[in-house]
Amino acid sequence: MSTINLNEASVEIRERRLGSVTGFCGSAKELVDCSCGGLKDMKRGFSQCLGCNSGQAFCQLSMIRDAAVVNHAPVGCAGDFFGFNFTYRVEQTHRGLPEAYGRYFCTCIEEHDTIFGAVQKLENTVRRAYERVHPKAIFVTTSCASGIIGEDIESVLDALSEELGVPVVSAPCEGFRSRVWTTGFDAAYHAILRKIVKPPRKKTNKVNIVNFWGSHIFDELLGALGYEAQYIVPLSTIEELEHISEAAATIHVCPSLSTYIAAGLEQLYGVPELKVPPAYGLRGTDRWVRGLGKLLDREKEVEEYIKSEHSRVEPVIEEYRKKFDGLTAFVTAGAAHGQAIVALLSELGLKVKTAAIYHHDPIYDNGDPKSDLLAQDVELYGDVPTYHVCNKQSFELVNQLRRAKPDLMVARHGGMTIWGAKLGIPTMLVGDEQFGFGYQGIINYARRIEDTLDAIEFVTNLSKHSSNPYTDWWLKQEPGHFMEGGRKNA
Amino acid sequence: MPEFIEQPRYTCALGALQSVVAIKRGVPILHSGPGCGSKIHGFIGQGEGYAGGNTVPCTNAEERDVVFGGEKKLHTLIENSLKVIDGDLYVVMTGCTAAIVGDDIQSVAADFQTEGKPVVWIETGGFKSNNYVSHAQVVNAIIDQYVHKNRTGGGVQKGLVNLFASIPYQDPYWNGNLENLKRILEGLGLRVNVLFGNESGGVEEWKTIPDAQFNIVADAWVGVRIAKHLQIKYGTPYLHFPYIPIGGIETSKFLRAVAEFGGLDKEKTEAYIKAQEEKYYSHIEKLADFMLEFRYGIPNRVYTIADSTYALGFSRFLLNELGIIPGKQFIVDNVSEKNQKKILESFAGISEYKKRDVEVIFDPDAGAAAPQIEAEAKKYPDKRFLILGSGWDKHLANKIKADLLIISPPVTYRLVMNCGYAGYEGGLRAIEDIYDRVLATYR
Repeated sequence: MSTINLNEASVEIRERRLGSVTGFCGSAKELVDCSCGGLKDMKRGFSQCLGCNSGQAFCQLSMIRDAAVVNHAPVGCAGDFFGFNFTYRVEQTHRGLPEAYGRYFCTCIEEHDTIFGAVQKLENTVRRAYERVHPKAIFVTTSCASGIIGEDIESVLDALSEELGVPVVSAPCEGFRSRVWTTGFDAAYHAILRKIVKPPRKKTNKVNIVNFWGSHIFDELLGALGYEAQYIVPLSTIEELEHISEAAATIHVCPSLSTYIAAGLEQLYGVPELKVPPAYGLRGTDRWVRGLGKLLDREKEVEEYIKSEHSRVEPVIEEYRKKFDGLTAFVTAGAAHGQAIVALLSELGLKVKTAAIYHHDPIYDNGDPKSDLLAQDVELYGDVPTYHVCNKQSFELVNQLRRAKPDLMVARHGGMTIWGAKLGIPTMLVGDEQFGFGYQGIINYARRIEDTLDAIEFVTNLSKHSSNPYTDWWLKQEPGHFMEGGRKNA
Repeated sequence: MPEFIEQPRYTCALGALQSVVAIKRGVPILHSGPGCGSKIHGFIGQGEGYAGGNTVPCTNAEERDVVFGGEKKLHTLIENSLKVIDGDLYVVMTGCTAAIVGDDIQSVAADFQTEGKPVVWIETGGFKSNNYVSHAQVVNAIIDQYVHKNRTGGGVQKGLVNLFASIPYQDPYWNGNLENLKRILEGLGLRVNVLFGNESGGVEEWKTIPDAQFNIVADAWVGVRIAKHLQIKYGTPYLHFPYIPIGGIETSKFLRAVAEFGGLDKEKTEAYIKAQEEKYYSHIEKLADFMLEFRYGIPNRVYTIADSTYALGFSRFLLNELGIIPGKQFIVDNVSEKNQKKILESFAGISEYKKRDVEVIFDPDAGAAAPQIEAEAKKYPDKRFLILGSGWDKHLANKIKADLLIISPPVTYRLVMNCGYAGYEGGLRAIEDIYDRVLATYR
C-alpha cells in the first residue's frame, strides 16, 4: 500500500508508487499473472506524441468553479486552456449553472527566465490573477521548463497564501517526470488533499464520486439508499472540496483516475473507499452494487434493487445479445476503463479479441487486491487473447487493427477513432465515462453499438478516400516490433 | 514578451510543427516532452492531417533524458521514423527539455543529412519564442538545409512567385486563404508557390523557391523574415503587402501592387481586376438593399482581438465596404516596437475620405481586453457590436450581446475546411458569415 505523504509538495510518480507500466504484449491473463511482482516496463525504439502530467493535473483543477489556475510555463503549455474551458462551459449548461469562463493564466517563461529565474514572474502573475478574479484558491501547475530551472516555488507560494488570504497551492506536474500521464491526476489530488481539504467537522450522508464531468447517474440509486451523490472535482467549489473529508464513502467511476484521492481520504480522514471494481456489465454491476450495499450498510435494500434492475434490463440485453452474437470488437482506452469496456462488450455477446490499453496499474493506492479490475474481469468474463499496453501509440494500434479486422472498434479517448474509420471499421468514441456505468449503461452501450454498426455508409466511403502515412514495411512488422525489455510475446 | 497571458491566442516556438504538418507529406519529429505535441495540436490543429496529431514521432522526454541528455534516443527515433512514416520531408524540432539540457541535435540530424535523407533540424525550445516567429525560422531552415541542395537550379523563371501569407493553423483559414490568393494571382498570369496545403505541389514545389522572379509577403511581419532571407540568399526581390487583403478594394489594391512590382502587363491586369470587381460588386449591390432596409439591427461597430495581419485586413474591409466602424483593436501577436509603428501608420490611413483615430492596443494578454470592451460598449447603448476574435470571446459576446466572428485560435465553436477570407471571394464569404450570425439571432 502506498502511504499518502502530504509533507512532500510533489506526489510520488505512478511508476514508483504503483509499478505502473506503459508497454506490454501478451494476453490479459498473462498480464494479471506477472502483475504480482514480475512486471517490468518496456521501452520503444519508435514512439509518437503522448500526453503529459500537466494536462491531466489541469484537467482536474481547471473546472473548480471559484478557483484560478496559474500555469508556470512557456505559452505552449497553455495550449490546453481552451479545451478545458470549452468543456467547463458545456457542462455548466448541462447542470444549469450560471455562465462563466475558466480563469487561467500562463507565466510565459522565456529564454531569459531560464537563465535568470522565473520566480518573480510567478509571484507577479499570481498577484495579478488574484486582482482579476478574486478566487477562493489559486492552483499553480508547473512545466518541464520550470522544473528544469529548479526553483523553490513552495516557499514563495506559502508567502503568497499569507499575503492574499487564500490558498495558493502548487501542483508539480512537469511533463518529463512520469511516463504515465495519469500521474497528473494524482498531482492535482495531492494539491487538493494537502491544502484545500479540511478535517471533518461531522459526518454527512454524502458520497464522493470522483469523476471527470460525467452525467449525474448516481443521484437516483444513492438517493434511494438515503445518501447524496457529490460529484468531484470538476464543477465543485472550493468550499465543497474543503469538506469531502466528511463524506460517508468515496466511489470510483474509473480507479485509474481516482486511486490517489480515494486512498488519501481513507488514510487521512477515514472516509471508506469502495474497493470493488466499477460497475460495468451485468455481473460486474451486481458485484459493485453489493459492495456498495455492504459499505453503506444497505445490504438488504440493494438486493431488491438488483432484482428489479435485472428483470428490467435482462430481456433487453438478451435481444441485443442475439443481434451482436459472433461479432468481434477491438477496444482502446485508458487503463481501468478499458478493462471495464471489455467486460461490458463480452456481456453483450461481442468477442473482444484485441485490446490496446494506454497503461496498466498492477495495483492501486489502497494496496487491496480486491480492487484489481483486470484480474476480476478475466475471472468473470474470460481472457482477452491479445491484450497490449500500447501507451496511445497509434502506429501500434493501426498495425493491430489491420490484423484483427474487427467488426467494431470502441475507443474511450479521442484521437484514435480515425484509424478504425480509415480502415472502414465501424468505430465509436465513448466520451462520457458514466455512459456505460451500471445496469442502464449496458443498454446505453448496446444502443450506441447498434447505431454505429448501422451507419456503415460513412466509414466505407471514408475508407475509400483515406491516406495512410505508414509504410508497407511497418505494416508487415509485428505490432510489438519496437518494444525492448520488459515482456513481449508477440 | 508579456509578463503573463490570460486567454492565449498563440502557442510556443514548437507550435511551428503545424507548419510542417501543412506541407504535403511533411513529417515533424519532436525531441520534446510527452505532452507538447498534443497541447499544440489540441489548440491550433484541425484534425490529424497526413502525419500530425497522434501520428507525430516524439522522443517523449523522461527524467533520465533531462539528466543524461537525449541525443542517442533522438538518433534512434529519427532512424525509425524514416522506416515507419512514409514522408517526403522530416523536420526535427526541439522542445523545452532538449533546449535547456542542450542536446546537440544538429550533429544528430547531420548523420542523416550526409546520407542524403530529407531531414531538417531546427531549435524550437518552447520558451525561445512563439509560433509566429518560429514559423519563419522553420521555413528558413527548410530552405537552407533541404531546398538549397535539392534546388532545381534552372535559374530565375519569369512569372514564378513564392507567396508567404497565412501561417498554417495559426491562421485558422490558412488553407482557404492560400487557395483564394493563388487563384487571383494566377488570374494575373503568375505561377504561384503557396508551399502549404491543398493547392501546393509539396516538396517539388519547395525545390523551386530559389527560382522565383519575386516573392510576395501578404502579412504584417512574419513573412518578411522569410523574404529577407531569400533576398540575401538568392537575391530574390520581395513585395510586402502588410495585411490580408479582403474584399474588392483591398484585393484590387493587392493585385495592382503585385502587377506593378512584377512588371506585369498593365492592360491585362486591369482587365482581370475589372472582371473580378464586376462579379464582386454585383453581390455587394444585393447586400446594400439589406443594409439599408433591414430594420431590426445589424452591427455597426467592431472590436477586434486578433493578430495584426487580421486586425488590419478586416478593419479596412469592414469600414470601407460594410460601413462598420472600428472600435478598439487589441493586437495580440506580440508585435515588436518597430512593427507596431508600421501597423499604427496603416491604421491611420484606413480611410481615404476622413481622418479616423482607431485606438490600437498591443498586448498578448488578451484576458485584459474583455473588461475594456465591456466598458467601451456601455458608452454606446444604442449600438450593436461585432467582435472579431476567438472562442475565448464567446463569453464577452454573450454578455454584451455582440455578434462574434471567430478569426483567431482557439476556433472550437466552428468547423473550418476550406473557408478563406482573402481575396474577392473571401470578402463575400466574410459578409455571408457575419450576417449569417446576425440573422441567426432573430427568432
